[in-house]
Parts: sequence; C-alpha cells; structure tokens
Amino acid sequence: MELPLVLGMGMSHTAEMVSAVLIGSGFGFVLERAGFGRADNLASIFYGRDFRVMRVMFTAIVTSMVGLYFLDLTGVMPLANIGILPTYVLPQLVGGTLLGAGFIIGGYCPGTSIVATTSGKVDGMLFVGGLFTGGLLFTAAYDVFAGFHSSTFLGRVLLHEYFGISSAFMVLAVVLFAVGSLYAVTRIESVVQRRLAAKEESR
Amino acid sequence: MNGKPFWNPYVAGIALGLVLLTSFVVTGKGLGGSGAFKHANAAVLHAASPTWAEENGNIKSYFSPQHGPLNSWIVFLAAGVALGGVVGAWSARRFKIETIRGPRIERDHRWLLAFAGGALSGVAAQIARGCTSGQALTGGAQLALGSWIFMFSMFGSAYALAYLVRKQWI
Repeated sequence: MELPLVLGMGMSHTAEMVSAVLIGSGFGFVLERAGFGRADNLASIFYGRDFRVMRVMFTAIVTSMVGLYFLDLTGVMPLANIGILPTYVLPQLVGGTLLGAGFIIGGYCPGTSIVATTSGKVDGMLFVGGLFTGGLLFTAAYDVFAGFHSSTFLGRVLLHEYFGISSAFMVLAVVLFAVGSLYAVTRIESVVQRRLAAKEESR
Repeated sequence: MNGKPFWNPYVAGIALGLVLLTSFVVTGKGLGGSGAFKHANAAVLHAASPTWAEENGNIKSYFSPQHGPLNSWIVFLAAGVALGGVVGAWSARRFKIETIRGPRIERDHRWLLAFAGGALSGVAAQIARGCTSGQALTGGAQLALGSWIFMFSMFGSAYALAYLVRKQWI
C-alpha cells in the first residue's frame, strides 16, 4: 500500500481528524512524561544544569530521521510523498531568534505550554494567553510583515541537497553531530553540578 | 517534586521520535504546537469581521466553503496534545494548580514574563511558520534546511538571553 496512509487509503476528513487527535495524544503524553510540562525543567538547559531538553529532542530527531530516510531509501515511503517544510531563510532565522527569546522569557514553547496548561501550571496558561494575543497582533498587522514573511524563499531544500552529498551520508553526519553534542553537554553538566555542590558546601 | 519520576530522557526521545514517525506515515505531516493558535486567531477574527478575515493574507487560506478554520488537522492535533497532557499528568499524580518559578522571583512578576514570552512566541512562530515542534522537531527530522537554521537561531538566542533573565529561573 502506498504510504502515507492518508494517500494510500484515501482517508476521509473525519478519519484524518481522528488520527490527528490520537497522534496528538501520544505527543502530549510523551511531552508530559519527558518533564516538559514544567518550565523549570525546560529552562535549566540554558544554565547548563540539566540538558534533558536537548537529550529528548536530539534523540527524537535522530529516531524519526533514521526511520524516515530508511523508508525513503527502501522505497516504502518516498520523501516526495510527505510534506517537506519549505525554506524561507530570513523568516526562519528571525522567527527562531524571537522564539528562543520567548522561550527563555516565558519558560515554554507553544507545544509544551499546552501540556503545562493541562497539568495545572498557571504560568503555562498565561503563556498560552500570550501566544494567542501575539498571533492576533501579527495577523492584524500582517500588511507590515507580509513582504518579509515571504522573502528569501528557497523552496523545499534538504540539507544533503544543499551540501551536495548523499542522504545516507547526511543522516550519518547528523547522528554523529547529535552523539557528539550530547557527549559534550554531559561533560558540561557534570562540571556545573560539581561547582554548584562546592558552592553549597562552602556556605 | 511530587508524583512519579519523569522518564529517562533517551527513552522519552525515542518515544517522541516514534510518535513523529507515526505522524509522517499516517498523515504525511509532522507535529505542531503553534498552528492551532493561528487557526484559533483566524476563527476569532472571522467572527469579528468575516470580510476582513477572508481578505487577510496571513489567514485567508483557512476559510473554505467545506470546513471552518477550526476544522483542521492541526487543531485536532493540539486538542490531542491537551488530552495526552492531562492523562499524563493525572496518571503520574502530577496535576497541580501552581506557578513554576525560580527561588528569586515574585509570582506576579513570573506571570507577567510568562505572558510576555508567550506573546513574543506567538509572533515568532508565525514569522517562522512553526515552533519547536513544527519547525525544529518536524523539519529537523526531515533535514529541511530552513528548520535547521531555525533550530540553531532558537537555541542560540535563548542561550544569549539566559543571563539577563537568570533571576527568574535560578
């Protein structure tokens, strides 16, 4: 059968919405179990104390990437069949920079703030209120942003195409980058933890 | 810390990766957190002024004769996230009405920053066409060039600003 299922089975709109709820539930459940419903767990990565966020994210990206490219290379589900995110260089650079600021100031990102809200965290609820308000303002003032928003459009560009190498080699490079980064942050974490412990003792 | 312990981060990462892979295999799309808010914005603006909303370049594609702006895959996904979050929190005995903050910040100040950070993120996710889930995670796994640019900018800016807001967290 052709994959994704939505193509191969010709899913109805209702079936697609039901599958979205199920997949979303899995997503929300895992985020909660990962500890991402609490801003302190999320923010501690930026102070070198606990790199849980990076461990979960990089492991997730590697797992999904390996699966995705395995399915592509074996022809089971060609990448051309799924919605590859298009590249808009400057909007993604500026949007990423602002989202990083929102993350360290607000303590959450959009997905984790939903889980925080349903875990009873008041700061999560306020972050959600902010998201809604910010989005409303952006849409209301869209005429001002429209030109920038559609600028530096490159279409669907994958990293291996950009670097002119094979996809298998790029996947391997990303795996090595993830393993190397996680090894490095584990070292940093132990240094920071040791310093904190020494500070505690000297009090 | 009350409730059951959190999962080992590598186990949680593999589980998250498999949820994302399942999403690709079933729907052909990844995950997302901010898209639902944009659809909710569109619904509210449409209720206030249908013509204005249908002519707004940012949201006009959300209005079709068949489905309203809320009857969309990304909105149902977010409803699932809320559901999964509540099931997760209750089953681990972690559900608690509280404000998460560091030891050196007043509650009201933390509330203000949570709202301000949310508002900034609301603008940011629309400029970037996605957030940590919709860009970094989804596009990261696809190896989409722009999503990797997004991921590095996001982590870079959060690290650069961390010192300025340290009193909120540590």
